[in-house]
Amino acid sequence: MSQYIIEVNHVSKQFEDGTMAVNDVSLKVEKGEFVTLLGPSGCGKTTLLRCIAGFQVASSGDILLNGEDVTSLPPNKRSVNMVFQKYALFPHLNVFDNVAFGLKLKKINRNEIEKRVRKALKIVSMSDYEERDVESLSGGQQQRVAIARAIINEPEVLLLDEPLSALDRKMRADMQLELREMHKKLGITFIYVTHDQEEALTLSDRIVVMKEGKIQQIGTPTEIYNEPQNSFVADFIGESNILDAVMVKDWLVHFCDHDFECADAGFGEDQEVDVVIRPEDFYISKWDSLTPDPSPEGEGSNKSPWQLRGEITSCIFKGVHYEMLVLTEEGYELAVRDYRCFEVGEKVQLLIKPEDIQVMNKECLYNTFHGVVKEDNHVEFLDEEWEVSERTADRFDVGEEVDIEVDFNHINLQDDEEDGVLCGEVHSILYKGDHYHLTVRTDEGVDFYVDTKDIWDKGDRVGIKIAPSWIRLYKVES
Amino acid sequence: MKLFWKNKDFDKRRKWAWPYVIFCLLLVVLPLIMVAIYAFTDVSGAFSLRNFAKFFSQSNAVNTLIYSFGIALITTVLCVILGYPAAYFMAIRSYRVPAVMVILCILPMWVNFLLRTIATANLFGIFGLPLGEGALIFGMCYDFLPFMILPIFSSIQKIDTSILEASQDLGATRFQTFRKVILPLSLPGIQSGIIMVFMPTVSTFAIAELLTNNNIRLFGSIIQDAINTSDMLNFGAALSLILLVFINLTTLIGNHADNKPSIH
Repeated sequence: MSQYIIEVNHVSKQFEDGTMAVNDVSLKVEKGEFVTLLGPSGCGKTTLLRCIAGFQVASSGDILLNGEDVTSLPPNKRSVNMVFQKYALFPHLNVFDNVAFGLKLKKINRNEIEKRVRKALKIVSMSDYEERDVESLSGGQQQRVAIARAIINEPEVLLLDEPLSALDRKMRADMQLELREMHKKLGITFIYVTHDQEEALTLSDRIVVMKEGKIQQIGTPTEIYNEPQNSFVADFIGESNILDAVMVKDWLVHFCDHDFECADAGFGEDQEVDVVIRPEDFYISKWDSLTPDPSPEGEGSNKSPWQLRGEITSCIFKGVHYEMLVLTEEGYELAVRDYRCFEVGEKVQLLIKPEDIQVMNKECLYNTFHGVVKEDNHVEFLDEEWEVSERTADRFDVGEEVDIEVDFNHINLQDDEEDGVLCGEVHSILYKGDHYHLTVRTDEGVDFYVDTKDIWDKGDRVGIKIAPSWIRLYKVES
Repeated sequence: MKLFWKNKDFDKRRKWAWPYVIFCLLLVVLPLIMVAIYAFTDVSGAFSLRNFAKFFSQSNAVNTLIYSFGIALITTVLCVILGYPAAYFMAIRSYRVPAVMVILCILPMWVNFLLRTIATANLFGIFGLPLGEGALIFGMCYDFLPFMILPIFSSIQKIDTSILEASQDLGATRFQTFRKVILPLSLPGIQSGIIMVFMPTVSTFAIAELLTNNNIRLFGSIIQDAINTSDMLNFGAALSLILLVFINLTTLIGNHADNKPSIH
């Protein structure tokens, strides 16, 4: 028998309208684990859960439950049970009959049913509610009944589809703790779907971060938080400063116009990377002219341990700590968290320890396309003709296939869609300290990555233009 | 607790209801009172129970009442049997019945029922089928089927898909899900369908006249005859009152069955 209770092998799910909800996902879950599928809405987490439950049939790939292929087995034949987002209790049945529903189908005798329903209701602390009408219960109570109903069949896996999202904040926190307790007590494998990163960190043994149908990272909560593998994960989980950086050499990274020692190696020399620094990882202190310069120029005993200096531009009290923005002398805006309050306008200096700098590979370094050289210094890609500089075009024959590269910061976004060669929509925005990194998705579904200092909003319609001299062409390598 | 009619908003808005209130008083309440007065008086205007005594002593009238109820019952049952599956397949989204089908099912409601009945009579003529009891039941089903489909359709459509999924998830087959979840949840729809079909069919007379060449007389026809005969107006009023009471009794029974006990 397999050691994994669930194995998802290269599962994809494409809907009839062509959207790829789940794209080649593989996942192995051990018996008794609490695994959370985490991601923004539309990332495919619920679809993946529904594939495991059997409400959706995977377009390709297979799903093993306890080593047995269940890919196309209907839900009523799988030993998994689901807790639905909006409880989905049967409104015509009372609490007892709702919980007993699964057992009654199995034609178990009445005494046994009563015994097991009582036990299940006790686990969810709803013992005295047997005769109650489900519609008279509060949201939290309804969800407890829904959980009791799902665990009474003693499933091998319990699937939970955002079960707490309809509850208020306080109730949610209580239920989180109870769910953890229940998971320990029952020893059943839990697969939990949520878009709430805090919930995922609190509950899970392992977190699967998803985006646009693909798994971004799988790891324990601490791994996901401390060592995000890309800027999406870093941005989605917790507050973070994500900055463009260059890995100068092993153990040395350059960002905010300074070199920093770091705890990462193996990226190569002068490699462009992203770094993540959590706001709480900065050391901050008051800076005045008496303290030595926070620069590497000071050598030996004179060398200041402080690495950056700047000015507080905003300070917000958050209960336990203050959330501050520091504008460094070099023009980078950093989010810093500390127990002490610094006034707006105050000069401060910052220190980052090497182990608090998380270095990540960039998803890509420039926009790349494939196209054909046309007449009159034009190149065709994405079904449009783009002008290139004469110098570039001269190196190629008309009709020749080429690879095209454009830097992030050389794409021009136009307010008026008509002004661009292509139209698109701002799909996601990532703040990088001194500029924004945008993903602009064209109407045909192609992504352009754009670095800009201009402020755009998610969902803005833009025209995409590229100055001729910034389009680089390369011979197609065969 | 604040009484709702003391509420300022209510005060302001309740005058909007006046036109309907006047309409109701003139055309519903007043006629009902008059029917009651006529039923309990004789031709001279003196109080009398003779009209009711006459009804119960005339086996013909009593039998017609029973027969009318029987025909209405058969029509209603047939409408449930025909209408439920249609409503079910249109309402369950996974069957993907196009919206046009739904409209086609409801389309007959838009045509006046007299036109439809005359058309039915002609149709029987074209196919050489005899008019009579069979034609009558066919015609009534045809006329009233949409009134059965519509409430059942909306009660099934209201059921959240996740409830059906929950049932399946807990081990129910498609049929078990139907029997244990969909059917009980669509009962209110069936109930209002029954009321909407049964009540008008019990008191109908035009359909009976047109589809049986006046051979079968339903209770409605008897009332009509009585009222059209000069000195039987009081008897007709009594018959109307009796029918009204019986129809109300049947709906009361229906309502009572729906009130499941619940603890709050």
